Amino acid sequence: MGHTMIEKILARASGIEEVKVGEIVFVKPYRILSHDNSAAIIKIFRSMGGERVWDSDRIFIALDHAVPPPDFKKAQNHKVIREFVAEQGIEGFYDCGTGICHQVLPEFGHVVPGTVIFGSDSHTTTHGALGAAGIPIGRTETASVWALGETWLRVPSTIKIVLEGRLKDHVYPKDVILHVIGNLTAEGATYKAVEFHGSVVESMGIGGRMTLCNMAAEMGAKAGMVPFDDEARAWLDEIGVNDYDPVVPDADATYENTISFDCSAITPQVASPHKVDNVSPVSGLDEVKIDVALLGTCTNGRLEDLAAAAAILEGKRIAAGVRLLVYPASRSVLDGAYETGIARILLAAGGEIAVPACGPCLGAYGGVLAPGEVCISSANRNFKGRMGCKEDTGIYLASPATVAASALAGKIVSPRA
Amino acid sequence: MKLKSRIWILDDDDINTDVIYPGKYTYENLTPEEMAGHALEDYDPSFASKVKENDIIITGRNFGCGSSREQAVTCLKFAGVAAVIGASFARLFYRNAINQALFVIECPEASNFVRERAEELMFEQADLDTEAGKVSIAGNDFEFPPMRGKALEIFEAGGLVPFTRKRLEQ
Repeated sequence: MGHTMIEKILARASGIEEVKVGEIVFVKPYRILSHDNSAAIIKIFRSMGGERVWDSDRIFIALDHAVPPPDFKKAQNHKVIREFVAEQGIEGFYDCGTGICHQVLPEFGHVVPGTVIFGSDSHTTTHGALGAAGIPIGRTETASVWALGETWLRVPSTIKIVLEGRLKDHVYPKDVILHVIGNLTAEGATYKAVEFHGSVVESMGIGGRMTLCNMAAEMGAKAGMVPFDDEARAWLDEIGVNDYDPVVPDADATYENTISFDCSAITPQVASPHKVDNVSPVSGLDEVKIDVALLGTCTNGRLEDLAAAAAILEGKRIAAGVRLLVYPASRSVLDGAYETGIARILLAAGGEIAVPACGPCLGAYGGVLAPGEVCISSANRNFKGRMGCKEDTGIYLASPATVAASALAGKIVSPRA
Repeated sequence: MKLKSRIWILDDDDINTDVIYPGKYTYENLTPEEMAGHALEDYDPSFASKVKENDIIITGRNFGCGSSREQAVTCLKFAGVAAVIGASFARLFYRNAINQALFVIECPEASNFVRERAEELMFEQADLDTEAGKVSIAGNDFEFPPMRGKALEIFEAGGLVPFTRKRLEQ
């Protein structure tokens, strides 16, 4: 009997020959990721009687949420984390400025195909782009994994999403996944795994695949994955990762549902306030003036995202009264932006270039909206108050190109305009 | 766990954690036993006083949706509920239940069968075997993914925190 990717990966990670959907298995992860919340996790770990982590090589911590720390409490959290990391001999520690955890993890070779990556962050699903199972868990569970090296998972069923056709100009992976979420809804994949197939995925680079898998979390998915292929192999070769046993689904695997999309028909999309599945074409919106444009985050903060924005902004200035916040997902991305001249273009256009970190995405630090303000964002969530202010604010999610075009126009427009 | 016990039918879908454990109690420092006194209060005010040790709840889809409050699990557990059989569960309620050693069993077939005969079957007996993955009600047998091997150990320890503590002491 054939198996889906998640069934194969969980079987391997739990040391069982074959697993059944719905079965509870104990899984040993290849990596367990956390960020600024590590300070809270350390407390829980100690309260469980934890003294030494089970395997310091498997733990990954990147400081990204409140970077650099805006107040002494957050600075103290960071200090506690640094002390813990030194005490435990954890080498997989990336201090402030290295980047957002979900960008740093693959960049530094911690994502390996066919393995389980746990994370105390919902966008751990991102790592499915390289054929791993990136599965979000809670803080208490993370503390338990630090202590014991494993935790339980229920084997989910899988929804197969087939993306066929060819993307039009100015249409990007972010538009595709917004369209998919608009269709399936925010609960459409709750507790399920999602596999992304089809010609559009096969011809998509790893960055775009990361956008798809990152956003799978917004459909409620436990994991979003792309079957391992030559594209992933080439990406991993470049960073010197080649010791792995990749996983692809069997041809006769059983899926709960298979849903196909003709992506040739997709135009630039937007998720309107206040739900990620409130998706519609940009062309159908009434005039929406914007105050802030956010370019970056783990969803769309890679060099190709900044490049798409730079292509639109080159030689131009953003509209009066608009602020453009640029949050590259990592130091490496920022460095690339300097090297290629992209940073200069964004700066000249009026962009505010920031430390690689999460910042405005969740209202943690930096780029908070004022009451009544509207933001167009390349991030992953638009719940009321997400960017730090509940009163009257509206967040629209879109691709980096749409964000850039809108920053130029002072209102939400598609990149073709 | 092998159990012959009576069933308590909650004939609804989407029973959320606000009705299982009202929000107004979540900031009071209640003991688990006190929490049990408020179990399902906003759904069926008679539940807390009438529920018996080892009752098996049978309910519909998406049980435990809404807030992730762990008390929704604690109050049912300390009210004596041995297991909840539902057509489906909200993910966080499910995880909280396993982590607190309350058996949650996804079995749409059993749920539908029982709900179609809710009046007749209320308080009838169910024969449950969690390791074999079987439940029998009114002469009908239903299957569900079994709880076996190491997963059982969380239950035997009484939940994730004692389980972790115990394993560390070894």
